[in-house]
Amino acid sequence: MSKTKAIKKGSVKTIITYALVVVSFILVTVFSKSGMLSRSTQGLLVPVCCYIVMAISLNLTVGVLGELSLGHAGFMSIGAFTGVIISMSLQTVIPSTALRLVVAILCGMVTAAVAGFLIGIPVLKLRGDYLAIVTLAFGEIIKELINCLLVGIDENGLHFIFNPTGTKSADDLGLSEAGKVIIKGAQGATGTQTIANFTAGFILIIVALFIVLNFVNSRTGRAVLAIRDNRIAAESCGINITKFKMIAFVLSASIAGAAGALYGMNYSNLTSAKFDFNTSILILVFVVLGGLGNMLGSIIAATVLYVLPEALREFSDYRMLMYAVVLILVMLATNNPSVKNLFMKIIPGKKEKEGTVK
Amino acid sequence: MKTFKRVMALVMVAALCLVCFAACGGSEGETTSSAPADSTSAPAADGAAFKIGSTGPLTGEAAIYGTAVMNAAKIAVDEINAEGKIKFEFKYEDDVADGETAVNAYNKLMDWGMQILMGPVTTGSSIAVGAKTFEERVFSLTPSGSSTDIIDGKDNFFQVCFTDPNQGTGSADYISENMKDAKVAVIYRNDDAYSQGIHDTFVKEAKAKNVEIVYEGTFTKDTATDFSVQLTAAKAANADTVFLPIYYQPASVILKQANDMGYKPTFFGVDGMDGILTMEGFDAKLAEGVMLLTPFSADAEDEKTQSFVKKYKEAYGDTPNQFAADAYDGIYIIAEALQKAGCTVDMSAEEICEKLIAVMPTLSFDGLTGEGMTWAKTGEVSKAPRAVVIKDGVYVTPGK
Repeated sequence: MSKTKAIKKGSVKTIITYALVVVSFILVTVFSKSGMLSRSTQGLLVPVCCYIVMAISLNLTVGVLGELSLGHAGFMSIGAFTGVIISMSLQTVIPSTALRLVVAILCGMVTAAVAGFLIGIPVLKLRGDYLAIVTLAFGEIIKELINCLLVGIDENGLHFIFNPTGTKSADDLGLSEAGKVIIKGAQGATGTQTIANFTAGFILIIVALFIVLNFVNSRTGRAVLAIRDNRIAAESCGINITKFKMIAFVLSASIAGAAGALYGMNYSNLTSAKFDFNTSILILVFVVLGGLGNMLGSIIAATVLYVLPEALREFSDYRMLMYAVVLILVMLATNNPSVKNLFMKIIPGKKEKEGTVK
Repeated sequence: MKTFKRVMALVMVAALCLVCFAACGGSEGETTSSAPADSTSAPAADGAAFKIGSTGPLTGEAAIYGTAVMNAAKIAVDEINAEGKIKFEFKYEDDVADGETAVNAYNKLMDWGMQILMGPVTTGSSIAVGAKTFEERVFSLTPSGSSTDIIDGKDNFFQVCFTDPNQGTGSADYISENMKDAKVAVIYRNDDAYSQGIHDTFVKEAKAKNVEIVYEGTFTKDTATDFSVQLTAAKAANADTVFLPIYYQPASVILKQANDMGYKPTFFGVDGMDGILTMEGFDAKLAEGVMLLTPFSADAEDEKTQSFVKKYKEAYGDTPNQFAADAYDGIYIIAEALQKAGCTVDMSAEEICEKLIAVMPTLSFDGLTGEGMTWAKTGEVSKAPRAVVIKDGVYVTPGK
């Protein structure tokens, strides 16, 4: 009896999550079509979608897998630059922007997944905080690698130069007259055609949610949860720890790559310095404030915390100060015992959780 | 219990919607109340004024530039409004020198009803915003965004300052002409579009002019606190001139560390070096003898510069730098172009844009940063670069 109830509880939450995303999408679309949304709000839509997907992705690593990733922006960066290269090089082959966007996002997913896999091989076999340390370094390494990367395209195909000494420039690519430089090292990708849009962002959120929520409720997902809650017990049940950790981590990396690809194609200028440690931490803040393992919370936190600094423009110079104050207030409020009690009364599921913590 | 959950979900949806509305409601409020007094210049009395917007960093590491542009633009707007031939309303938004935030700030300005953009201040932001203004046909004049990527393929984007190639080639030319047999070391930031851009053209021109480059050192944003490796290598390579195509903040560290290790080459900077004398916590004595290429020096004796410097000092207590001068010129250039094109306040941003594009190449402008400035159709400015040397805490022409 209680088991069926628990499943129902879970599915209700899932339905609410989907419903929230769909309803928000419909509302925003209706408002923007009827001209009720200001331009600044419309301009925020795509980046908000990207950050929501990033938060969902990181929540899979931090909340579900129980490992800390401090370099998630690195995966975003890989996805973004792959997406930009693919989109720019297929400009003539695939004239349809929607199709090109999909192809670019898929390629971004694949490269980010490969990077996640490579990192996972040595690190996920270990116990402890090693993933945090390695991903922290990974994010920085990716940033530096892309700074050394020169990519151009002409009718003969793509030209790459890896330029670690910094002595080469775009002229050394040997492009023909019709050629175009896509990535110019530290100057990043400039002149990218911006093909991302809100609908694509919405679809990406739904897909990411679908993948993650179904993953968590699947057999594999339950194994991952078991590893998070008690590694030794899970191991003694015959669960292959490294394999399941790897599945979850690579999945998380690939979703981050997709978010990055969408992000990269929303701006005509993209530098790798954007995806630094601060961006990784920003996403981690979304996840932590939204609640570990709570996808709905991640979505709301990402939206609110991304829109907040823009909404606080009225405070001009004190904008970021206000942002910090709001963050602290939210943290205090969510940790307040009386607020917690209130939540416990409202949401029955929380009671059990509190019990296990104590 | 389930109903409670539904209620909670509803509340959350409502909260989400509220956030959306709060964002747009706020911007609507602004148009009527011309909100923060800090970033808006006094609107013209009769209300019929061109709405000029700008974005630049007011916070973060490049804040000196953004603040200088905002202050100087306000001085120019007030002067023009006082004169009365044409009325301006000016609004400035913080973009933290980040492309993403700059686009948000630009959208905010468009909500406000901006007709002309006098910005953004930094290169990265200009490229990101440039794609938008080109698409939406908003005339843009950046005071200090110096990369050619900003104006590349965009007929609506013009520059007040030199392009990076001009600065790189200008510096190489100057060194080859005036500093014979110099052994040059270059230290630049290779994760920064501005620095990398100038470096590339400098090296190219230096090769063509047979300037000997003995060492090239790089650093990144994260390693901009210690340059002992690069300086030791430059010293070991017997470099007597160190070319620094970087912003003033890392340059200040380089000057300090070179001084500490007793290495005294001639340091040669470009416009990013401008601002080093007013930097907080930096001993300006260390900058003695530093040469830089800048179109503006605050101690020039002409009347225009004197009056601008005086006003700026009175209002903000600082000596204006080159960015301030660029912004001051920028506002006047827009004013002149608008008058020449015969634009009226009730025109839309697109109409003004098309008219100004036609007028800009025919304009010849005398400003603080150069006499007889002209523009190519591409948006590039043509004016003479000038080398100055820091002596007793002010810029003077070398050889004086």
